[in-house]
Amino acid sequence: MTDTPAAKRQRPLSPHLQVYRLPLPALTSIAHRITGVGLTVGTLLLVWWLAAAAAGPEAYATASGFIASPIGLVLMFGWTAALWYHLLNGLRHLIWDGARMLTLGQSYYSAKLVIGGAILATLVTWVAAFAA
Amino acid sequence: MAEFSLPANSKVVPGKTIKSASADAKRTRTFRIYRYDPDSGANPREDKYEIDLDKCGPMVLDALIHIKNDVDSTLTFRRSCREGICGSCAMNIDGRNTLACLKPIDEVKGDVKIYPLPHQPVVKDLVPDLNQNYAQLASIKPWLQTQSTAPSRERLQSPEEREKLDGLYECILCFCCTTSCPSYWWNGDRYLGPAVLLQAYRFIADSRDEMTGERLDALEDPFRLYRCHTIMNCTQTCPKGLNPAKAIAEIKKLMAARAA
Repeated sequence: MTDTPAAKRQRPLSPHLQVYRLPLPALTSIAHRITGVGLTVGTLLLVWWLAAAAAGPEAYATASGFIASPIGLVLMFGWTAALWYHLLNGLRHLIWDGARMLTLGQSYYSAKLVIGGAILATLVTWVAAFAA
Repeated sequence: MAEFSLPANSKVVPGKTIKSASADAKRTRTFRIYRYDPDSGANPREDKYEIDLDKCGPMVLDALIHIKNDVDSTLTFRRSCREGICGSCAMNIDGRNTLACLKPIDEVKGDVKIYPLPHQPVVKDLVPDLNQNYAQLASIKPWLQTQSTAPSRERLQSPEEREKLDGLYECILCFCCTTSCPSYWWNGDRYLGPAVLLQAYRFIADSRDEMTGERLDALEDPFRLYRCHTIMNCTQTCPKGLNPAKAIAEIKKLMAARAA
């Protein structure tokens, strides 16, 4: 071999994310991580709301006002959707931990089930919230 | 660590266009192929070859061989058996990893884009450096290990015990799965990847192997095994229809059972 370590270091890295067509199960996986991060951030908003409730009527009014504002409602809607998705996909991971439902067909089936379930549950949550 | 963009020396630039199909060719196709010449020092490029499909066989490998023989002899790729048993022609075709010899050109819509196996050092054109993968395979000791005294005849297996190896022994080590795995892209230096873990399970599951405990000990590591997040790209891409994701889940299950 004429390969020197220096030549080896200069070897280019082949394209990965740039060229790979991620299948649906891979998209549900990255969405699980993204919703997980989103839930952490969203929970801070809820903690602020609770802390404001403890701090007094004025702070509570400010926090409630923000959450009821269009931006606050969009954030809360996103948080609900993320919560349902992360919860349902978490159950999918729980089933997988038993080495079940792991064929390719089942992974597509469960992916669609989780996405459909999350959309449905989010809508039901919001309809219920506004009907109450 | 996850680095989503390519290093500066790896960015793919547009290359040349070569039309080899004659004007009266009835079925033509453009192949967009990753090219890297280690002698030039230039960045990798994407060359376009317009070829006459009536001048080659039906598979992507047939087209590559046609290009190398009749159009551009500098094109470099690995191939051997042309029937999906050697694993040499593993590459990224139309955005998924597979064997060029098993991938019909007709299955690809539009231009046929061909890249080396993803996130690997490129030796030349479509030839990746797989030394790390082979070293990782060696690390799991892919052979039967025993401690008991050798019997005077073969170590027998019941049909049921033998059945446990189905879906495991067929792996041809093309590394399509390992190089399709985002976890392996970001942590390939420490995570073993689906192909090697499927091999690890192949020996864990073998009734004749007597080192199951030691094998599990060696995998009990946040990176070697547990970087698998069930993304399922491995199972999706395996050209032999195997299920590395399931094999990895079985190893994790054994780990949990043993800890309980």
